[in-house]
Amino acid sequence: MSQPNLLTDNEKPLYPAVHYLNADRGVWSWLTTVDHKRIGIMYLVSVLIAFLLGGIFAMAVRLELLTPEATVMGANTYNRMFTLHGVVMIFLFMIPAVPGVFGNFCLPLMLGAKDVAFPRLNLLSLYLYWTGATLALSGMIMGGTDTGWTFYAPYSTSTPTTLFPVLLGVFILGFSSILTGLNFIVTVHTLRAPGMSWMRMQLFVWAIYATSIIQVLATPVIGLTVLLVGIEKVGGFGLFDATKGGDPVLFQHMFWFYSHPAVYIMLLPSMGVISDVIAAVARKNVFGYKMVAYSSLGIAFVGFFAWGHHMFVSGQSPFDNGAFAVISMFVGVFTAIKVFNWVATLYRGAIAVSAATIYVCGFLFFIVFGGMTGIAVATVSLDVHWHDTYFVVAHFHFIMVGAVIMGFLAGLHYWFPKMFGKKYHEGWAMVAASLIVLGFNATFIPQFLLGNAGMPRRYYMYPERFTTLNVASTAGSSLLAFGFIIILIYLIYALMRGELAGDNPWGSKGVEWMTTSPPDKHNFHETPVITQDPHSYQQPGEEVEHVVI
Amino acid sequence: MNDLMRRLLWLPVQASTFAPAVDNLHYFVITVTMAASLATGLLAFFFFFKYRERRPNQSTPVVNPSVRFEIAVIGVPLFFFLLWFVQGFKDYVWYTTPPKNTMDVYVMGKKWMWKFAYAGGGPNAIGTLHVPEGRPVRLLMTSRDVLRSFYVPDFRIKQDVIPGRYTETWFEATKAGRYQILCAEYCGTWHSQMWGEIVVMPGPDFDKWLQEQRSGLAERVDTGGDDGGSMRGSIVEYGKKIAMAQGCVKCHSLDGEPHIGPTWLDMYMRRETLESGETVVADEAYLTDSMIDPRGKVVKGYKPVMPTYKGRLAAPEAAALVEFIKSLRSENLENLPSKEAVYEPAKPAHR
Repeated sequence: MSQPNLLTDNEKPLYPAVHYLNADRGVWSWLTTVDHKRIGIMYLVSVLIAFLLGGIFAMAVRLELLTPEATVMGANTYNRMFTLHGVVMIFLFMIPAVPGVFGNFCLPLMLGAKDVAFPRLNLLSLYLYWTGATLALSGMIMGGTDTGWTFYAPYSTSTPTTLFPVLLGVFILGFSSILTGLNFIVTVHTLRAPGMSWMRMQLFVWAIYATSIIQVLATPVIGLTVLLVGIEKVGGFGLFDATKGGDPVLFQHMFWFYSHPAVYIMLLPSMGVISDVIAAVARKNVFGYKMVAYSSLGIAFVGFFAWGHHMFVSGQSPFDNGAFAVISMFVGVFTAIKVFNWVATLYRGAIAVSAATIYVCGFLFFIVFGGMTGIAVATVSLDVHWHDTYFVVAHFHFIMVGAVIMGFLAGLHYWFPKMFGKKYHEGWAMVAASLIVLGFNATFIPQFLLGNAGMPRRYYMYPERFTTLNVASTAGSSLLAFGFIIILIYLIYALMRGELAGDNPWGSKGVEWMTTSPPDKHNFHETPVITQDPHSYQQPGEEVEHVVI
Repeated sequence: MNDLMRRLLWLPVQASTFAPAVDNLHYFVITVTMAASLATGLLAFFFFFKYRERRPNQSTPVVNPSVRFEIAVIGVPLFFFLLWFVQGFKDYVWYTTPPKNTMDVYVMGKKWMWKFAYAGGGPNAIGTLHVPEGRPVRLLMTSRDVLRSFYVPDFRIKQDVIPGRYTETWFEATKAGRYQILCAEYCGTWHSQMWGEIVVMPGPDFDKWLQEQRSGLAERVDTGGDDGGSMRGSIVEYGKKIAMAQGCVKCHSLDGEPHIGPTWLDMYMRRETLESGETVVADEAYLTDSMIDPRGKVVKGYKPVMPTYKGRLAAPEAAALVEFIKSLRSENLENLPSKEAVYEPAKPAHR
């Protein structure tokens, strides 16, 4: 690095007098900002509110499922609750979370750029997100909808509930996602600092790049699909409704053509976070950098051809089912490559114990268990039993809560000092991280067994033989919720009264740390020149030991 | 061992011929999955302990993978994944290929119950399906309104039930007893209460039961009159009634004589050549398709003049028509293609 801004050991933490947070003042300066960092912070606040809402709905669902019989809510309310939980968590939290927050905040910094390629478009993405979110939530206040987040036709085209605003909301959110993806692709292509070749980009950048490609290519399909459902519901055209000559299975093909790649829109950015965090906490180069980078692209590509594995019992032909099953196995291989490389990165590292480390550890377990149960449900004969049961619910929560949220939390803890220049209480952070990893296992491992026992998903009441496991799962979910509440408290405390963190508390070699924390409005005082490979932890002039395993 | 694993994994009893195959692969897959994730988690934990930071700004070696390592991390998982795929797909193909000698039952899902009609003369039932032990049973299923999924955990079978289309599944129950049917595809307010039951009876008991039911039915049909969309009475009789009422027989003869449309005699499972030159077997799917979209697959030599019955036939009516067509067999059971202007005398419907 030409301008290493690292602290030496005994220096007192610095806090820049002027930085992006205080360079301009007033609400208006935030609402009209084109600064990628401020947009990232506004995304952070928005997605955390969405996460809180989605979490409340989830707890309501778990509370009702504590007993087999009806207790705290009616059947229709329950059906709305799990729909709200799914829609809010997926469209308002999971999809925008890591790209919207850390992608916006860190990507330009990691490339050594002043901003994204199209700053105004970036702000438009945020406004589209707010518009879509408001519409979707307003639909839910106006009576709510009960289709599940999958909107399967012909139920969705015949439900009497308020579906249209939710569909329109999802449609608009799609544009937000597309514009963000487009912006990031162009940024990566055009705004890399001098010396930043493709093979010197941090792995988080590679992951966001791969994600952006999926966002741009796949999102239009969900836009079209929900639009068709909306048109059918309002105009009664009979696109998916069999009584009017439509085909309900066509809806599933269109829906999953987006929604399977969407899993990687959610997962890949978190994988990128883990790659960066694991290098920083282990003070190591990422083992097999190229394999990790290319496997992101591999997942993005293969992910487009696996959608049919959501439809093994839909009446799809056995041949198609076999083809989709084989293709799904390859997604598993790319993920396995990443996992082996992450674990090998730890080998002979110098690993710091922190909350971020615990999240990395949790992530590794969850991605392997979640990923391999994915292979299990892609095994066609097994899926016949598991399809649409709690086994599938547990599997995708392992990926989406286990892996994605571990990545999000690892990133939040790792980049919190970068964003605000403050330190949170590491002890409490480790307590919360341990609670979350434990609570998560306690919530979802019983759900795997529920699926084995044959409990279908989206069940308001259930046969009594499923009671024990449901009680265990609800108990686990309260641990999980408790962990999140602790995080909320110590982060707010850290923002108000936290100690100064210094520019680079982790001693990280990521380019984003080569400027002040919090960064200047224009990121770098001088454009950095990149002279080293990414995640390279050797001191200048030091003799480096090379090991091949 | 099987029983231990089954109980550890909370799997229900294995009550069909398909269940043990599913469970054996399940044990294999889930054991490897648990071993791999535990190994990864523990190895990571061990590294965290062994290679923890000893002093600030400690330097680390540059570790890179060898080609052998790269081949191993791709090859080993791929080997297991493909092995599971091959076994799983083999089992699945077996599961999706019903044997020839099945007992057929029509199933219709509606808000929020399952209706059953036995092919070849009833009886009909709501919620409870009686089947014989040790004989393959095929279910031909459709839905009146929205998607559902017919799920019997104890048999390890599941099949989506789709409006406007027939899907099939089959099973051979291995143990007499009562088994729960659940709906696995979300279908509205009382999705979670759309339960039914399969009663598996020893073969002779079942035969006796069926006979009793049918003799009871005969009386009911005589006195029942037209009961609209309900499925009481023999399904074949009901189908005949519909064929008359809808005017099917104005164009389709029942005696082998070609008319405006192909004759219904011996039509079921006949191999027909289409206008496009393709051949098609007139199974349940083709017959129901042809009611809804008659001009899609026209038998060679006939004009595409049949109007669509979409919206004019309820799902059970279409099923009854198919059953009626299936009941029309000449004594010569060779499935020859339709010939032009060949006269065969009408024969009574026997099964």
